[in-house]
Amino acid sequence: MINESRRGFMGKAFGAVAAVGAVASLVAMKKSWDPLPSVMAAGFTTVDLSKFTGNKLEIVKWQGKPIFILKMAADMPSVEKRSVKVGDNYYSVMIGLCTHLGCIPAYRDTTHDFKCACHGGEFDAAGVHKFGPPPRPLDIPPFTIKDGNTIVLGEAGAEYKALIASLSTDINKA
Amino acid sequence: MFALYVGLAVAILLIVLNIVLSKLSFPKEGRILAIIVVLVGYIYWGFEPFAHHEMHPHVEDASYAFDGKQDIEALEHAGKDATETKAFWASMAKIAEHKGDAVAGKALVTANCTGCHSIKAEGFAEVMSDADAAVSYGVTPPDLSIAGRVYDRNFLIAFIANPVKAMHIEHKYPVGGEKVFPMPASDFMQPQEIADMVAYLADAASKVPAPKVKEGASEFEISKAANKEVFETACVRCHAMNYAGIQAKTSADAMSKYIGATPPDLSQYIRSRGDHYLHNFINDPQRKLPGTGMPRVGLNEKAQTQVVEYMTQIGDSKKDEREALGPKVLIYLTILAIFALLWKQKIWRDLH
Amino acid sequence: MAEFEKANSIGEWFDQRLNVKAFTKVMMTEYWIPKEINFLWAMGALLVMLFKLLIITGIFLLMYYKPDVNMAFDSVNYTIMQEVGYGWLFRNIHGVGASVVFLIIYIHMFTAIYYGSYKKGREMIWLSGMLLFVLFSAEGFSGYMLPWGQMSYWAAYVITEIFGGIPFIGGDLVIWIRGNFYVADATLTRFFMLHVLLIPVVLIGAIAFHFYTLRFPHVNNEEGEFFDYKKESEKYLAGDKANSKVIAFWPDFLSKDFMVIAIFMIFFFYLVFYNNGFAMDPVNFDKADGMKTPAHIYPEWYFLWSYEVLRGFFFEIGGISGKDLGLMAFGFAQGIFLVLPWLDRSPMVKPANQRPVFKYWFWLLMADLFVLTIFGKLPPTGINAYVGFFASTTFLGLFISLPFLSKIEAKIVGGK
Ligand code: HEM
Ligand code: FES
Repeated sequence: MINESRRGFMGKAFGAVAAVGAVASLVAMKKSWDPLPSVMAAGFTTVDLSKFTGNKLEIVKWQGKPIFILKMAADMPSVEKRSVKVGDNYYSVMIGLCTHLGCIPAYRDTTHDFKCACHGGEFDAAGVHKFGPPPRPLDIPPFTIKDGNTIVLGEAGAEYKALIASLSTDINKA
Repeated sequence: MFALYVGLAVAILLIVLNIVLSKLSFPKEGRILAIIVVLVGYIYWGFEPFAHHEMHPHVEDASYAFDGKQDIEALEHAGKDATETKAFWASMAKIAEHKGDAVAGKALVTANCTGCHSIKAEGFAEVMSDADAAVSYGVTPPDLSIAGRVYDRNFLIAFIANPVKAMHIEHKYPVGGEKVFPMPASDFMQPQEIADMVAYLADAASKVPAPKVKEGASEFEISKAANKEVFETACVRCHAMNYAGIQAKTSADAMSKYIGATPPDLSQYIRSRGDHYLHNFINDPQRKLPGTGMPRVGLNEKAQTQVVEYMTQIGDSKKDEREALGPKVLIYLTILAIFALLWKQKIWRDLH
Repeated sequence: MAEFEKANSIGEWFDQRLNVKAFTKVMMTEYWIPKEINFLWAMGALLVMLFKLLIITGIFLLMYYKPDVNMAFDSVNYTIMQEVGYGWLFRNIHGVGASVVFLIIYIHMFTAIYYGSYKKGREMIWLSGMLLFVLFSAEGFSGYMLPWGQMSYWAAYVITEIFGGIPFIGGDLVIWIRGNFYVADATLTRFFMLHVLLIPVVLIGAIAFHFYTLRFPHVNNEEGEFFDYKKESEKYLAGDKANSKVIAFWPDFLSKDFMVIAIFMIFFFYLVFYNNGFAMDPVNFDKADGMKTPAHIYPEWYFLWSYEVLRGFFFEIGGISGKDLGLMAFGFAQGIFLVLPWLDRSPMVKPANQRPVFKYWFWLLMADLFVLTIFGKLPPTGINAYVGFFASTTFLGLFISLPFLSKIEAKIVGGK
């Protein structure tokens, strides 16, 4: 009997040690699927805003996504709520993927709004949905302002946090 | 809603079908097969033809009249003023009534066109390299050797008079706008003069011999070479055809300044768009894709067919092989199925 | 080791070493199948055939395919389609095969549901079949990414994005799956590995397991009849084949399977040569471009019904956003078929049309899946969105009510 239970115990102990090895190797396998350091390092995009003109949409690529940066012209309706002030100007900074099903809306400079060709959704210059199927405004990517006139996408700076905080949660669920 | 009813209708239909077939003492397996065929056919109809019909609204087929009818309709449809466009195309129709004189036309073309355009077949060489031309004009001007054969006569008349209107790209080059189309309008010229120039282009084109091919080239090669010549004149100033080793004459950079977009490589367009779409699109891009930077190029029916055929010869180069092999494989499989059937019957004879 | 006699023939030589004769009996000539079956029972053999076609054509594609975002598209559309001898044929067979395999899987699954072949001892068959369905779905999804066209990219984008809805870990999980913030080279190479190695290997194992689960409960028959296999097989072996309720796997059953396969192949190759657009979407002949979305994004037809369940909930209910509701419904739809044997609480094993309650349930489910599939491709605007919502809730309702409905049926038929 003693022998029996000892064998049972040794068997279980062996199983436990083997399980530790198996779990440890899973950690290594999981790691191998992580984004590479070079990918993580490329997760930031720096944009110089000094050459921007009002009412002209610029599209930059950040983490593979199109980012809309729109400098507000003087005559454009006030959309301070969702825009950031850099220097003396207001800018809309948004992820350019329709919140409906992910198409890339086009900017219409005559009407100061975005039109999504896929199912007819419309957003105003600040990215707030005003017509059609999109359920919420265009998302805002994390950004920070550097050296007065440069914006770095991918890093959540004070301006970004302030902006997000000022928005009621229901109009901007990122 | 409509399809929901159709869905329910099919379910009911199946039940009825089932009952009717059983009353007719139709063999059971045949009944099951009939039901499956109906169901599979219905689902296929739903996600292919029906979905296409819903997602891609029908537009009218290509028209080679080049009389502005489509443009006027489009304006009227959008509730815009079409008087000016109507007047323009009416005056074009007047010009078209004049019979052109090629000899007079030659003098006019030499004086007015060869400063920018080459006509290699007639000995007018290029003024500068493609790259330099793209810088000076925004886009490389086309060689006019076969223009008279490739472009429709009405279109050429309208084009010389007012390129922007003829190409239906007023939205890119609005009157009084910041950007000016590189080729000036010549609507100040006499109708007879315009008709003469077009006559000369047609005459010059008719003298250009068929492109050279290797000794003993197959019919496929000969037609491909002829089609390629048209494709190069009509499309290659802006588009590449990578799978044929053809680069666009104007660089992507210059193009994006010129029309605000980079024209795509056309290698796989026969697969991604299909020949029906291509015919309609090339004929009048604005109708299929409002706002596109691609101008109406004004190809006549024959040239356009050649262009689409060339896209097939490059982008679906094994089409002939596929179509030749298809029937053979299907015949073979039918024979195989007959043998399989006979063998099965032999085995199952003992089982019943 | 036992003594080996000198063999008198090649057959005997092998028999001594591999016990070929006994093995053939167990696996082929004395593996018993009921006689009362129709051609729907040939779908399994047909699936094996299609799987073989996929593997063989896949091997040939593999010789020229390049898993790299800069080369993948041209390696498929130029090298394989225009240059390699019969490369177009291999690709068409592979593409059409991948699509049609799902048609046959669905017919196979719904045959099982119709005849009640998932209960009373056949639960493991059903579970292993569902495992195959999941694996095939993963294989189809990973393969669709490889040609790196616009639909490859955006379907991969949208589907991987779904995982972002999982609470807390969603965002990181998406990046982990992709190996990047978006669908990128790392995504392509890892899905390539899954598509050509890991999943096919597991699939082969799962197919073997599926066959194993069939062995003891035996396949069902057209009338759902349970009978004594020993008695019936003895009849057969004694030569009374006509009166026996069983037939042998080889040659009886397979001769019919081969016939069905041969006839099906006529249809299949018709699609390969003349009508392959449904399997090789035209949009996918535009190269992937993360900065340009196609006008409509939709998955392959066989995923449309579950995609529509995902989209069906487009408004908030009780404080839960439409997106989260859709995700929950989607999770439900993915898992629910798995537990079907335990949802159906009626003991009756009969064709659906002979079951007093189940028949309505079955045909309603079919109609609902059809509506979901068709609307899954259409843009979800206007009335379409409401049809989607209605069909999705019907789907959930059908499965939630099945235990109760089948209990009622159990009462009616009195435990039979
Ligand atoms: C088991 C079932 C399989 C399914 C359902 C499947 C599905 C698919 C699909 C949907 C595609 C994209 C089709 C296209 O657009 O051409 C594809 C491509 C591909 N598959 Fe498979 N496949 C299977 C097995 C295999 C196997 C076993 C291999 C290799 C040993 C393989 C190798 C490839 C390769 C190299 C491609 C890329 C070439 C291409 O896109 O045409 N596949 N597969
Ligand atoms: S994706 Fe923009 S409206 Fe549907």
